[in-house]
Amino acid sequence: MDFGLTEEQEQLRESARHFLAGECPAAKMREIAADAAGFSPELERKIAQLGWPGLIVPEQFGGAGLGMLDMAVLLEECGYAAMPGPFLFSAAIAAYALAAGGGEELKTRWLRPLAAGAAAGALAMVEANDGLAPSDFATAARTAPSGAVINGVKMFVPYAQSASFFVVAARTGAGGREAGLFVVPADAPGVKVRPLKALDLTRRFAIVEFDGVLAPPESQLQGAADLYERVLGAGAIAIAADSIGGAQRVLDMAVEYAKVREQFGKPIGSFQAIKHAAAEIVADLEPARALTWYAAYAFDALPREAARAVAMAKARACDVYSRAADKAVLMHGGIGFTWDHDIHFWFKRSRMNESLFGAPPFHRERVAALGGY
Amino acid sequence: MDLNYTPDEEAFRRQVRNWLDENIPDSGLRGVDRNADRDKSTLEKMKAWQRRVHQAGYLALSWPKAYGGQAMDPVRQSIANEEMVRTRAPALIGAMGISMVGPTLIAWGDDEQKARYLPKILAAEEIWCQGYSEPGSGSDLASLRTRAEIEGDEFVVNGQKVWTSNAHFADMMFCLVRTDPDAPKHRGISYILIDMKSPGITVKPLVQMTGDRGFNEVFFDNVHVPRRNLVGKLNEGWMVANATLFHERNMLGSTTTTQMLFNRLKALAAGTMRSGRPLSEDPVFRQRLADLEIRVEAMKYHMLRQLTDSIRGRNPGLGAWVNKLVGTELNHDLATAAMEAMGDYALLARDDGHALDRGFWPYEWMFTLGLVIGGGTSHIQKNIIAERGLKLPKSR
Ligand SMILES: Cc1cc2nc3c(=O)[nH]c(=O)nc-3n(C[C@H](O)[C@H](O)[C@H](O)COP(=O)(O)OP(=O)(O)OC[C@H]3O[C@@H](n4cnc5c(N)ncnc54)[C@H](O)[C@@H]3O)c2cc1C
Ligand SMILES: Cc1cc2nc3c(=O)[nH]c(=O)nc-3n(C[C@H](O)[C@H](O)[C@H](O)COP(=O)(O)OP(=O)(O)OC[C@H]3O[C@@H](n4cnc5c(N)ncnc54)[C@H](O)[C@@H]3O)c2cc1C
Repeated sequence: MDFGLTEEQEQLRESARHFLAGECPAAKMREIAADAAGFSPELERKIAQLGWPGLIVPEQFGGAGLGMLDMAVLLEECGYAAMPGPFLFSAAIAAYALAAGGGEELKTRWLRPLAAGAAAGALAMVEANDGLAPSDFATAARTAPSGAVINGVKMFVPYAQSASFFVVAARTGAGGREAGLFVVPADAPGVKVRPLKALDLTRRFAIVEFDGVLAPPESQLQGAADLYERVLGAGAIAIAADSIGGAQRVLDMAVEYAKVREQFGKPIGSFQAIKHAAAEIVADLEPARALTWYAAYAFDALPREAARAVAMAKARACDVYSRAADKAVLMHGGIGFTWDHDIHFWFKRSRMNESLFGAPPFHRERVAALGGY
Repeated sequence: MDLNYTPDEEAFRRQVRNWLDENIPDSGLRGVDRNADRDKSTLEKMKAWQRRVHQAGYLALSWPKAYGGQAMDPVRQSIANEEMVRTRAPALIGAMGISMVGPTLIAWGDDEQKARYLPKILAAEEIWCQGYSEPGSGSDLASLRTRAEIEGDEFVVNGQKVWTSNAHFADMMFCLVRTDPDAPKHRGISYILIDMKSPGITVKPLVQMTGDRGFNEVFFDNVHVPRRNLVGKLNEGWMVANATLFHERNMLGSTTTTQMLFNRLKALAAGTMRSGRPLSEDPVFRQRLADLEIRVEAMKYHMLRQLTDSIRGRNPGLGAWVNKLVGTELNHDLATAAMEAMGDYALLARDDGHALDRGFWPYEWMFTLGLVIGGGTSHIQKNIIAERGLKLPKSR
């Protein structure tokens, strides 16, 4: 029984915090957020040098072969920095999908460059109706002589503009009731990307149209329905970890501000309303962090508990982040409502985190179903 | 991270569980929930039960052997605690001794005090109560005024304590007294151990909102206490008191009760029909249940994280400050959800023939709110998290 990080994981955390404080401070984050592409090639290059994109990629494909808990530890720090860019979507989710379901050829073609930072993958799942169940998808992969033909329109595809490939969820099987996952190069004929304007400026997303896109048999990931669930699970853990880091950051910002801002002749941090709000964030956050670590660990090590653990962590971490961000903005008073102050970047990111890969009510319903009630 | 138990630990768990399954039925205490009103016969049965657990070697597993413990690691202690909850074992009558004054004496007591008191705590030969709060000093504990003057090799105590749980049957009290009225309030306090049979002590029971006699007023009129009953140094009792409070808050924040409450709530919701279907299938109530379960599980892993920190010999940091706040409020939220689930049945007194589950939930609903207050209210916990944890400036 050991519920703690290993020395290596603690080092990863420390070095990531240190690296991001230097390379992606709030000023840099804002600069990247203001740029149309929404990521910094320079930062991406440095991240690649640290080996982050290949963290969970098997060693034989050039990665470090680590697990989801390691990734969660790292993503907590990325959330702390509100790091812009495709990293989370590509390195935690697309990489997982490929590693878990890709054949040799597909892995060599995409996973290896992904690990090296030379390619990024994006998930194309939800559509205009915003549903996550395979039955919600209109996008279908119809069997054709040379593989499958994909037709449909995906929405909210993160970093579609700069992606090298998409992992596309499409209905397959006899009644079209299963979700098959296909790897489609971004430059495949019939793929068209139309940017959306995101509220969360640290991220980009787009509509992606697949118009008669040909997907050869080896482009389909193996593992059927279960794989789709697992990929959603990887996404949920990644977002939960980002949320824990973000909640920690808004807390730190508010506490720091409360120590220096004076009203009524004393620091606002000496007023109990401020103290209690800060204490409530701590009381929400600390248990939620433990729950998120547990989910990330369970994802790899406890297959029977994983689905429930992931649903719990996603629901809780996102609730906690949104609540913390609300309180932290309020604790800043008028300055917190300005564009110039940094806190709105985290505030908006908390909102996006809540929605991505299933909002808290969706995951609570899963917890109920899996708990047999 | 590794959430697996070793084969030895698994074997230990089975051993504890089997022992509990075999022994709980003859305790005569089945169904005696957290009832605070202990009549004589229940009290004797509870002491006998604790002795039995102790003789079997399942009490105070992490205490040193010399004082009747088993010198085992905290993992086994937590396994044993889990099994006691899982099997719904009767409560331990000496809990305040085992979880509060015992660990304090191990850390702060002298050898004579340890030898004198610790074995009797475990053997349920001496039941302890906590004499901290006073009519004028609750949250502001350090303002306490019960006075102890030194006369030769004795303290002479005068004053009053209040809300003293279990004082009506306790044998001993760990008590905070003012020994230097001129020093700043935190510096003139001493921590002493008082024999409840001493002449000059009057215990007047108070009835709690549950209807039980759970706590008391305790009056001291020239009560003589030997100086050897001082724990730590004279006038330095505040530090000792805080050590006890830390143990108390961890005890109150323990998640084993929380998990038991959730399981009972879930069963209640599954067995309650509303509009032709179990309440647990009502979409709104399901959301609420799931949210509660998620919070219960988060606390479980939060506590495991601290268990690991303690095994690794590390300071758990900010995390440990939230246990009492989160744990007690969660218990009350669970009970409140159950009251809502029960509909009109929540309105029945415990001894009404139609009361569900012998009035378990209405009692818990009240009792759990008492624990949000006792041991330092939620407001005070938040002050502590903010001031000591986050280093926000003091209000005063
Ligand atoms: C959208 C918007 C429009 C506005 N329009 C106008 C306008 O047209 N004209 C105008 O004059 N002003 C305007 N304001 C300013 C607004 O009135 C102030 O922002 C507000 O009164 C808070 O003051 P502050 O920003 O200085 O925050 P501060 O007073 O510094 O407060 C910071 C934090 O400390 C808390 N705090 C401060 N003192 C205490 C205390 N004693 N006890 C507990 N908590 C305390 C606050 O609640 C807040 O959470 C506007 C603000 C906003 C956001
Ligand atoms: C069931 C139960 C069992 C108990 N058992 C024991 C026992 O065995 N031994 C013992 O010594 N005591 C015991 N107590 C007493 C308990 O520790 C006190 O009730 C508690 O510390 C609060 O003190 P008080 O009742 O004087 O309330 P007060 O301190 O008067 O508080 C009244 C209200 O004011 C709030 N308040 C006070 N100060 C502040 C502040 N600085 N900031 C914000 N809010 C504040 C409180 O949170 C509370 O809401 C028990 C209490 C209960 C309910």
